[in-house]
Amino acid sequence: MSFGILEFLKSLIDLTVFDYMRGVWGDQRFVEPVLDLIGALVVSTFCLLIVIFLIWLERKVIARMQDRIGPNRVGGKFGLLQTVADVLKLLSKEMITPAAADWWPYNLAPLLIVIASLLMWAVLPFAPGVLGVDLNIGLFYVLAVSSISVVSLLLAGWGSNNKYALLGAYRSIAQLVSYEVPMILSLLVPILLASSMSTIDIINAQTVPFILVVPISALIFFISALAETGRTPFDLLEADSEIVAGFHIEYGGMKFGMFFLAEFIGTLFMSGLFATVYLGGYRLFGLEEFVTGGGWALGRLLGLVVFFIKMFAVYFVFIWVRGTLPRFRIDQMLNFNWKFLVPLTLALVLMVAVVEKLPFMASLGDVSRAGVHLFANLLLGLVTLEILRRFARKQRMAQEEKLAARAAVNSGSEPGNLAPEAVAAH
Amino acid sequence: MENQILVDYLPLAVLLLIAVIIAVIIPVLSLNLGPKRPTARKQAPYESGMTPIGEAQRRFPVKFYRIAVLFILFDVDIILLVPWAVSFRELGYYGLVAMLIFMAVFIIGDVWVWKKGILEWE
Repeated sequence: MSFGILEFLKSLIDLTVFDYMRGVWGDQRFVEPVLDLIGALVVSTFCLLIVIFLIWLERKVIARMQDRIGPNRVGGKFGLLQTVADVLKLLSKEMITPAAADWWPYNLAPLLIVIASLLMWAVLPFAPGVLGVDLNIGLFYVLAVSSISVVSLLLAGWGSNNKYALLGAYRSIAQLVSYEVPMILSLLVPILLASSMSTIDIINAQTVPFILVVPISALIFFISALAETGRTPFDLLEADSEIVAGFHIEYGGMKFGMFFLAEFIGTLFMSGLFATVYLGGYRLFGLEEFVTGGGWALGRLLGLVVFFIKMFAVYFVFIWVRGTLPRFRIDQMLNFNWKFLVPLTLALVLMVAVVEKLPFMASLGDVSRAGVHLFANLLLGLVTLEILRRFARKQRMAQEEKLAARAAVNSGSEPGNLAPEAVAAH
Repeated sequence: MENQILVDYLPLAVLLLIAVIIAVIIPVLSLNLGPKRPTARKQAPYESGMTPIGEAQRRFPVKFYRIAVLFILFDVDIILLVPWAVSFRELGYYGLVAMLIFMAVFIIGDVWVWKKGILEWE
């Protein structure tokens, strides 16, 4: 096959450019590494550039939710170039290493967190056939790489040699490490339903999107994704009003910018993962399949658009939550995890396993199986709500009793009926 | 087989290379674009304007350690659960019952931890 510029452009549009180049170059040794290099460059550049847009989006949406206007000066009416100006400003700031800091951990931390946030994208399928590598341990790889950020936070907090930074780092690690448990446990449910950890297999298994099959698992995953990315209401690791900025207090200029960058890339990745695992990824009622069967060339492009719409819809919910909820206290955050989320997820995993093995399940089709799972999930949700309601009522009663007891004590010593001795002492 | 693993992980190695290069380029770029005028005041640790008293790196509260130990327990449990979930279909009823027994033991341990007050934060 010879190279033709028209065919090349055509393959660029319907996203089969790699297959086309393989056809042109034939079976040579350098082909795969070169294609990998191009793919890695495209993904990394996409991540770095999309963050500029994400920060603008977040500021604009949050501003609208808080009845403000948001960025509106730099780059036209909507302030589209505000973030570009911010990045340039950060780049031209002085790089400071505090005299008391440990040089290596302090400077390694931002590098590590950026590397980890870029590495995660390798297994996320953007469109049919468009992904870095279809690992058979895909989700496990994501979890492993994303927990590098814990190491990075510890390096940052400890290396800064600053009390606020260290406190922030302890909190962050307690939080990240705790919420990793419900996160992996809730991801076990899709893994169990798809019998695979590969992202492609999980998408293929979603005849019915998993959010409609196991909504509780999706909800728990979303909550722990909020916590893992350190976003409101779980942003107590930066809690500006208490520990100023937490682990990255001593970082200025672009080193701070790198933590910021990693946070936004991580959040977008979590939205993408949610869209892949629970919303069916690039699937749109099988329309994107035409690329192979019906010969519809634009199938992959359609898949890409669908995936991006789903990903940004989830990302919007992330921003929405930030604009709505106040911050947790650390004891509330940890109690919520260990006493609520973890037991609930354990129960959920076991329940899904038992339901999956019920005798009549083997004879049912995909959709009716999904229905049975949905019913079991809703039942579990109802039971959980009932337990919570009873617990809350018990706590409220205790609170009221305490208040009543205090009121009784107070009414005995009001200024009006002080004891005569006390009046004399005045 | 060995070759297949290499083919699978080659893109990851390439992406790692690119990620490292990007992560190094950003601070190097900033280092060359920004001014360099370090002073003693500028490089002092930030403590809301006070002169720092003593070292920051000292002993930390034991409650954080408890969280870390709990995490390790659960992580070991999860490492067993993940391959079980992947091969759940092939394992049949035997796999389900075996895991239920294991989880029963594990949950008894959890209840003990809860009753013992390890989960309380104060």
